[in-house]
This record gives sequence, C-alpha cells and structure tokens, in this order.
Amino acid sequence: MAKEGSKTQPPSRERKIDISVLTQSLLAVALGFVAGGIMIAAAGYSPVVAYGVLLKGAFGDFDSIAETLAQATPLILTGLGVAVAFLEGCFNIGAEGQLFMGAFLAFLGGYLIAMPAPIHIPFVILMGIIGGAGWAILPAILKVKRGAHEVVTTIMMNWIGILLTSYLTLYHFLEPTASIPETPIINSSAVLPIIVPRTGLSASFLVALICVLVIYYMLKKMPLGYNIRAVGLNPSAAEYGGIAVSRVWVTGMLISGALCGLGGAGVTLGSYRRFVDRFSPGYGFDGIAVALIGRNNPIGALLAAIFIGALYSGSVYMRLITHMPKELVMAIEGIIIVFAAIPEATRLVRMAVEHWRFWRAR
Amino acid sequence: MQNIRKTYRDGTVALSGVDFTVLEGEIHALIGENGAGKTTLMKILYGLLRPTVGRILIKGKDVNFQHPSDAIKNGVGMVQQHFALVPDFTVVENIVLGSEPCRQGVIVDYRSAIEAIKKLSEETGLIVDPGSRLEGLPIGVQQRVEILKMLYRGAMTLILDEPTSVLSPIEVEDFFKTLNSLRDKGRTIIFVTHKLKEALAISDRITVLRAGKVTGVVNSSGTTPQMLANMMVGREVVLKLEKKPVTLGEPLLEVEDLWARNDKGLFAVKGLNFTVRRGEVFGIAGVEGNGQTELVESLTGLRKVEKGKVKVNGKDVTNSLPNELTRVGVAHIPEDRHKRGLILDFDLAENLVLGSQSNPPFGTRFNLSLGAVYDYAQEAIGKFSIVAPSEKVRVKYLSGGNQQRIVVARELGRNPDFIVAAQPTRGLDVAATEYVRTILLKMREGGKAVLLVSSDLDEILQLSDRVAVIYEGTFVGVRKPEELTEEKIGLMMGGVEPDS
Repeated sequence: MAKEGSKTQPPSRERKIDISVLTQSLLAVALGFVAGGIMIAAAGYSPVVAYGVLLKGAFGDFDSIAETLAQATPLILTGLGVAVAFLEGCFNIGAEGQLFMGAFLAFLGGYLIAMPAPIHIPFVILMGIIGGAGWAILPAILKVKRGAHEVVTTIMMNWIGILLTSYLTLYHFLEPTASIPETPIINSSAVLPIIVPRTGLSASFLVALICVLVIYYMLKKMPLGYNIRAVGLNPSAAEYGGIAVSRVWVTGMLISGALCGLGGAGVTLGSYRRFVDRFSPGYGFDGIAVALIGRNNPIGALLAAIFIGALYSGSVYMRLITHMPKELVMAIEGIIIVFAAIPEATRLVRMAVEHWRFWRAR
Repeated sequence: MQNIRKTYRDGTVALSGVDFTVLEGEIHALIGENGAGKTTLMKILYGLLRPTVGRILIKGKDVNFQHPSDAIKNGVGMVQQHFALVPDFTVVENIVLGSEPCRQGVIVDYRSAIEAIKKLSEETGLIVDPGSRLEGLPIGVQQRVEILKMLYRGAMTLILDEPTSVLSPIEVEDFFKTLNSLRDKGRTIIFVTHKLKEALAISDRITVLRAGKVTGVVNSSGTTPQMLANMMVGREVVLKLEKKPVTLGEPLLEVEDLWARNDKGLFAVKGLNFTVRRGEVFGIAGVEGNGQTELVESLTGLRKVEKGKVKVNGKDVTNSLPNELTRVGVAHIPEDRHKRGLILDFDLAENLVLGSQSNPPFGTRFNLSLGAVYDYAQEAIGKFSIVAPSEKVRVKYLSGGNQQRIVVARELGRNPDFIVAAQPTRGLDVAATEYVRTILLKMREGGKAVLLVSSDLDEILQLSDRVAVIYEGTFVGVRKPEELTEEKIGLMMGGVEPDS
C-alpha cells in the first residue's frame, strides 16, 4: 500500500463506521426520540400526536419560536461556558453556582446604582461576568496549586453560591410585598429590553449570540484558543511545547465562569428584572448537556441549547394538550437528552482519565 | 495463507496478493517497514480482519476465521503490540479472562487455573507470579502474561507483533531464550518485526513484505542484514552512516553537578557533570530507567533541577521554562512522541507550530494567522519528506515514521543550536531511521551540538563522538565509541567500570 517511507496507516478497526460528528449527533438525537416515543407509547399515549404537539409548541408560530429562544438563552451561555471548560479538560460542574452569582451581582449593579442606560447596561453585564468568573477562581486556583479536583470543588461552590444568594435575598434585599422570596425590581436603565413583544425573549439573547461568535473566534483564531485546545487534548505535549499549562487552565476556567455568570445576568436583567431566589430550574446543569450535545463547539452549543429550549417550551404545550403527567414529560425530556449527550460523553471519560494522570504527576 | 488481498474501505490497498507459509515448529520472522502490511496480514490470520480475497489453510485444511475465537480454536494465538490486559486484575485473572474454568458453571475455579498456569510456566520458562496484581509489573513480565494467556487457551502457533519494542537489550536476550524453548516444545512462532538483526538472530526463515507484497522468503542462515534491508526498502540502504570529521567548537551545553528527582520523589539524576561542544554528538547509553528521562526533562524545562547548573551558550538556563529554552536555541525530540511530542487530535499544521503559535509569523498575542500556519506546513511537508494526504490530516492517522518527521520538522524548523534527541528512532522503520540519523549528523556538521539519549546501542555507537554510560543516575564512564565494544558497554550498563 505504501511507497518508500510509508504513508497513512490503515484505520485500526475495519468495522469502525466512519461518520461525521454531525451525523453522529443527529443520529443520537433521533435515537433519543425513538426511546422517548417508546416510553410515550408504553404509557398509553400516541407518540406521533405527542411529538406533533411538541413540535408545534416549540416552533408552531412566531411567538412560540421566540419563547423557545428565550428558554434557550441561559442554556446557550452555560453550555458555551461548560464547553470551553471541557475543551481544556476541565469538568466545570459549577455552572449553576456561577450562574447564581452572576445573576445576583447583576442585580446589585442594577439596583444599587443609577446611571444612563448606555453605560449602565454594559456595567451590569460586566457585573454578571465578574460574579461568574469570581466564583470560578477558587476552584481553578485550588486545582493548579493543590491538585484539588474541580468536580468536587465546583459542586461545593454551587451550594455556597445558591445558598449565599438565597440568604442575601431573604435577609437584606427582600421585596416586602412579594409573595415569593425575591428582590425589588432593578432600575429601568439596567433592564435588557424585550425584543419580541408579549414573549420572554429579551436582548440577553443577542448577548448570548455575540458570546457564541466571540468564543468561536477565540477558539479558532487566537493563540489562547489553540492553547486551550492543546491543554485539553494533551497536557503533557502542551507543557513540552512551552504552553504555561496552569495559566491557560485558570484563564479557561475564568472564561467558563464568566459565560455562566452572564447566563444568570441575562435572566436577572432581561426576564425577571430582579433577582428571584432559586430561580434556576437547573440551567447550569443543563449547560453540561448542551455542551455534550453540541460537541464542545460554540455553534454546536447554540444549536443544542435551542434544541433543549424547544424541548422545554414544547413540552409545556404537550402536557396541556395530551394531559400527560408532568413526571412522564420530564422523563421523556431526560431520556432524549441522555441519548443525545452520549457520543461526546464517552469521549470525555477517556480524556478525564488522561488528565487525572497528568495532574497527579505534578 | 494464499493470495491474500486486503483493500480497506477508504480504498487503501494494504495487501495485494500475499502468499505466506509457515512450517510447523519453526520460528518464522515476518519483516517489513511500518505500513508494509505486516500487521494487517497477521490480523487476518488471527481473525481480527477479513481478507478481501484469498484463503487460509491450516495443516492443509481450509479455514474461515470470523473472529479471534475461531483462530484460537484452531490453535492460533496473537500477542498484539499493545497489550490487552486489565491493570487492576491479578496475573491469573488476566490469563483466564474470557475462558475462566468454572465449577458448577458459575464459580471461577482459580485454584485449578493457578495449577495450570504453574505447569505452563515450568514447561515454557515463562515465570510469573500468578497472584500479583498486573499494575506495577515490569513490561517484560506483562508480556509473559500475554503469551501465557494465549498458551492457556491452547495456542500452538503464536503470532508476536513487534514483541521486542518494549524490551531492553538484556530482556530481549532472555526473551529469545524463551522463544527457542517454546519452539523446542513444538510450538510454531511467527515473529513480526522491523528489526533486521533480531529477525536474523532468532528465526529459522524470514518473509519480507514491502508495500503489501512479498519481496522475498529466505533462510536466516546465509542472509545478511544488508540483503534484508534492500528487500525491505527496495533500494540500497545505508546501514553504516558516514561520519565526516568535524572540528569541535565552543562548549554549547555545560552541566555542573546536576540533581533531579523522579516522579516518586527520589533522586534519579545524581550530580552529573558534562559539556557538549559545537560539532559534537554526545551519546548517553544505559538501561532504561537509570535517570535518562529525568536528565532530558531537567535539561528541557520539564522537570525541576534540584541542585546544579545548566548553561547553554554560556547563559545560565537552570530551571528555565520550555519556551524560554526554545528562544535560546534548544530543541527537544522527546522520547515519547505520543505523550509529549504531538497532539494526536490536532492536525499536521497545528502540530508543526506547537510552541511557536504566538510568535510571528504564525501569530501575535491575540491573533493566530491560519494562512501562515498552513503555508508553513505545506513547505515543511516537502522539506522534511513527510508523507501525508494534506496538511489538515490529524496526526493520529499518520504512521510512526511520519509522525516523527513532524516532530523533527518542528524542532529543527526553528533552527536550533542545541538539540536533545531522546530515543529519536524508536519504533521507526529503516527509511525513517536512516532519515533521522542523517539529519542529526547534518546538525553536527553544521556546527551544532546534539545530546543523544538512546537505548539502541548501535545508534549510540554509530552517531556519537563521545559516549557516556549512565547507571543509577551517574555516569559510569565517558568514552570514545572506538574504545568501546558491545561487551564493554554491556558491563558498564550494569554499573561495572571496566579496567581501561
């Protein structure tokens, strides 16, 4: 097969099906729907009807599309954040805590300070970034200095963040007239306006889109992106190539935290215009699924977030029309997401082992 | 095996009509360069791959292997280059894995398994401790476990794919004794290698493959390495490289009282002193694990120097970072190109700029110029004779020789003064080895300096101007290669300073 000097080696396994990453992901999503359909049928409903309603609920008209995008907005940002971390070999399970801190700091900036809107909006967005990134600093430093595994530390930071913001809301910023624990409304100059009237879609969606583009550019066109990917794929080789592995690692983690914090800020500034205690139904954790389904690619994360957003907004409609129990709907959502996430998850497990060896040897 | 053809799905023709015959009770070497089709042929024989055309006969009977278990039933076993062992299992658990002897169909009967293994061990000289955990066992012992695994399943014909690539010279000797005793007990061995000397030393007959075709079947006695090399490569190969006399220049690397620790925290480099001058290849020989890795890493910024001084071009670079060393003209060909040298999932061009990604012309702090990167890659592919479909191919799909050419291209492309080459030809075929060695000698002639660390004694003796033998972190002696015989160097590698 080869001339002198030999050329490419044959693929190691003959039966390996060679399909592109995209087809692989679409196939996984399709299988997820099949599995969900079996579940729907087993529960005595018609999968065709249920999925039809789901689709109509998610993309049926202009308003429902806007609602889907609104659902997707925080997921785009947390998914992007988790993906950046994954790319450098970091398992940022702390997206949820970073989201809460970003949301709360954005509230503080919007509530305590008054400025003209053109300065106020960038300021509160920056506060969201600081909140998220700040919440990622400690796990990042513990990792590079002491080797503490980020999965453990970020999970702990989640609870500190959720409970800290809960405490601050209840004891220092509680809106007295409200029926649920929440803060007063922020100054109007800090509000991200609604861009589609009568829906929840605010300008935070545009912020998320800009982030997708910025991260895409960073990964493709900046040495930092090269370094992050190099550290993720082979930390030993990155070190050998003169990349300051610890510094890149911390930087990537801060970017990841900043994006998650922005996700929270978007909810505060755009949707509720205040901080609502425990507002997140798990945007941070869903961010992990978004990153996995999107194969750690910024564009992929955008599409995956819209996919999950559609699933959520469509399933509300599906429940209303078909009268399925809420638990069944959640189980269907879950099984579809698990199926879709599997191809990338298997690859990441292998990567995790390699990284564990690298940091242990330090 | 008759008229075996194999075409892969992507259209690559791996084998085009190979006839391969092994006689019962012989050691038969199958040699060829990387990518010649050796492994493909053996995988077909072991049932891992199916031939596109052709048939396999065992003792004159047609067989059709769908799966390795079919091959094992017919007494054919294969030990692959990368072992398939479970590190957390004990030796006996690994050996019986998949064919556990059972009582009442459910309970694994380890006692009888251990008995059977002990008997096999005695019979073949493959000594292992069945109770010890596999993790932590030397690689040579793990190999014995793999072979026992096949024998335990009743393999009468053993295929060994590059079995010596993981062994030190001393282990190889023992290993050959074992192979001879296996043959004397009536087993047939197919020994796949690209090392000519080993093929000649151990085998009765040799089949040579080149580019998917058989280019020769010879008896080992009466064949010379040169003849085999020519059959393998298809042209005259320079086995002995010509070394031009070079006048030595300034000292380029000065090492004073260097101490470094290994990963376990123990001192592995213990007070080394040496100087490498311009125009010199300084070779370091020794059994692996005597501090070579730690020495190389402490010189290249990958390991902390605990005590002592390293100077390059008169400048103190002790404990400098890898990128700082690159700037003062140090290049490093790492011993493990998969672990250190390459990012296998990056493409060829991305790997070529590793370490220069934020330096002009490839990039600035905030911008990576993809155009410049890919232009450079196209130029380097030509200049360093890298064979690859394009500069955008992920390097994990390239052969070992081409991967190493990428490492060499990257390191020498920066025009360094001093190059640390650790095991630079490990696992490479004849042509790639010749290429790397020639390049190192060219560096020497160009007034640069080379520190060569290799467990290949031939390589050390051929290339070096001076040879240091390292044993437990210190030099047993530094000699000119002319003063050394294989016997002398072998003694020194064992820590014995021969009277000179």
